[in-house]
Amino acid sequence: MEFITLEDIRKTYKLGEIAVPVLNGITLDIRRGEMVALMGVSGSGKTTLMNILGCLDRATSGNYWLDGEEVSQLSSDARAMVRNKKIGFVFQNFNLLPRTSALENVIMPLAYTAQELSDREAEKRARALLGLVGLGDRLDHEPSQLSGGQQQRVAIARALINHPPLVFADEPTGNLDSRTSEEILQMFQKLNKEEGITIVLVTHEADVAAHARRIIRIRDGLLDEATSHERMPEALPA
Amino acid sequence: MRFFYRIFRTAIRALMRNVMRSALTTLGIVIGVGAVIVMTEIGQGSSSAVQATIASMGANNLLVMPGTASSGGVSFGSGSVMTMTPQDAEAILRDCPAVLNAAPVVRARTQVVYGNRNWVPLYIYGTTPEFLQIRDWTDLDEGEAFTERDVRNGSKVCLLGQTLVRELFGSENPVGKEVRVQNVTFKVVGVLTHKGANMMGVDQDDILLAPWTTIKYRVSGSSLGNVNQSAATANTDPTKQVNSLNQLYPSVNSTPYPTPSPTQQADTPQPVRFTNVDQILAQGASTEEVPQAIRQITTVLHERHRIKSGQPDDFSVRDMTEMTKALASTSSLMTRLLLGVAVISLIVGGVGIMNIMLVSVTERTREIGLRMAVGARARQILWQFLVEAILLCLAGGLTGILLGWLASLVFSWVGWPTETSALAIVASVLVSATVGIVFGFYPAWKASRLDPIEALRYE
Repeated sequence: MEFITLEDIRKTYKLGEIAVPVLNGITLDIRRGEMVALMGVSGSGKTTLMNILGCLDRATSGNYWLDGEEVSQLSSDARAMVRNKKIGFVFQNFNLLPRTSALENVIMPLAYTAQELSDREAEKRARALLGLVGLGDRLDHEPSQLSGGQQQRVAIARALINHPPLVFADEPTGNLDSRTSEEILQMFQKLNKEEGITIVLVTHEADVAAHARRIIRIRDGLLDEATSHERMPEALPA
Repeated sequence: MRFFYRIFRTAIRALMRNVMRSALTTLGIVIGVGAVIVMTEIGQGSSSAVQATIASMGANNLLVMPGTASSGGVSFGSGSVMTMTPQDAEAILRDCPAVLNAAPVVRARTQVVYGNRNWVPLYIYGTTPEFLQIRDWTDLDEGEAFTERDVRNGSKVCLLGQTLVRELFGSENPVGKEVRVQNVTFKVVGVLTHKGANMMGVDQDDILLAPWTTIKYRVSGSSLGNVNQSAATANTDPTKQVNSLNQLYPSVNSTPYPTPSPTQQADTPQPVRFTNVDQILAQGASTEEVPQAIRQITTVLHERHRIKSGQPDDFSVRDMTEMTKALASTSSLMTRLLLGVAVISLIVGGVGIMNIMLVSVTERTREIGLRMAVGARARQILWQFLVEAILLCLAGGLTGILLGWLASLVFSWVGWPTETSALAIVASVLVSATVGIVFGFYPAWKASRLDPIEALRYE
């Protein structure tokens, strides 16, 4: 079953009088439970594509079905609801609230959910998730007291708090050393394998993309079919 | 409700994240509201003090004068009918809630003698001890005032004004001495404080005060005729004289009260008035209540004097319009001054809040982007920042009230007149919340309009 379907997505930015086309008709399917790497050099349009996929931005034209729902023409409030329910975000610079404990950071998105959780339930869920990412003993630490890798784990826990079926990771290892990067990427693989969460990794590093099962390359606003391919599970590095 | 609870909690947490900055932000409002409270309390205190000073000049005094008598188209001027009684004064005091005090006044103008000196004071007033309260003259320089009992007994005691003391006694102490007023000996029981001239430049210290019964029955009896020509002619018959106690060697045994003739009794089906007074001095409970007091006095006197509607009054009530106007304009000026200071300081405080909130929005752009990315709607961001601003203003307002109150305590301790004003407190809380809303809206709106993509990438 197709979880994400893009059909001829185009995006044109207007810089004054000049129209700058960034995406020139992308058609793409991602199945539920896939782990996909979105690759491309800077300026290729991969960030724009990720913004559209993450419902942060609207395409100029084309259709986008997410989990069976046409989302390309939704209002910004409706898109906020979709983001809250179905999508988790992990950013390159972690984006944790400063001077706020790890636990509070993880609970934060719950303030915007439609269905209400009691404070105790919210905390229980956040504790469980922090345990899952291996930070069960650092619940009360503030971001400044955590290492980069630990901060990114908190961000992952935050992305998972609403049990989204889809997680976007925008250069999740960009600010981390290689060893920590490896840990974080393995965590994504684990989440993908064990929890069945669809993961889209946006990166320009080939060895990061190598952790994904499928690689989608963008070049000049178009899907580069030739280099996009699906890897065999066996090809994954141990 | 839940929506606001969550917004409220988020806002509190955001403020707690940066306690120092929040505290500094509220400083503007703290000072603003504190200044308002202090200014209002000091201002009200000063205004009350000023009003009390003006009121002591007699701004809330009311003069009830008997009406005019006329004969064949010739009117004798105000005060020429003798319809005002001491009982009217008692009734006014009893039945008019807006009247604080009322005292009957009997006037005389004659010579006062002490030893080899003599003087004709401007005022010889027969009255009750309330007179001193009404004129705010209860502090005596020496001795003490005559009492209610002296009034009942017609005691021959008197109080002297400073001018009279100077003219009669020079540097001697008058208390305990005796002065003669038309051959009647009065013991001086006290000396009034210096009051100076009134607004018309008339010396108010040139006065002798005595119980009205004494002046009425022992002094003024015949002298009244000098004021009132028609009464004077009518009073030539000694049997018709109102009193004869001042005559050392009475030639006729006169009855103390006038006996109405049968015709008179038939003409006026009213109880006979034994005594009339020249005027009644009343005091309104406050300057604002003076018009009310006038209405009540009019009603009471209409009833007592059996004046039907449509008939002309046999009395007139005068207030000190000039002084009341001065008072009203003073206090409205004070109020406007305070309002101006309050508005300026609160606007300054509000602009301070707006500036810090704008800085805060810029500084927290990434946080806003993140909140939007995880599903916050524009409305929720708007409310969060608005609630933050309102909370800052309210916290500042409450602190300001406390500080202002403490400051005004210090000021009153130092000796400035202050007056606690509940209105100022309520108003400044409301105003600080309003300032929060008004000046918090723009930054909050700006935050809610951010594009999440750009906000997330903001450095």
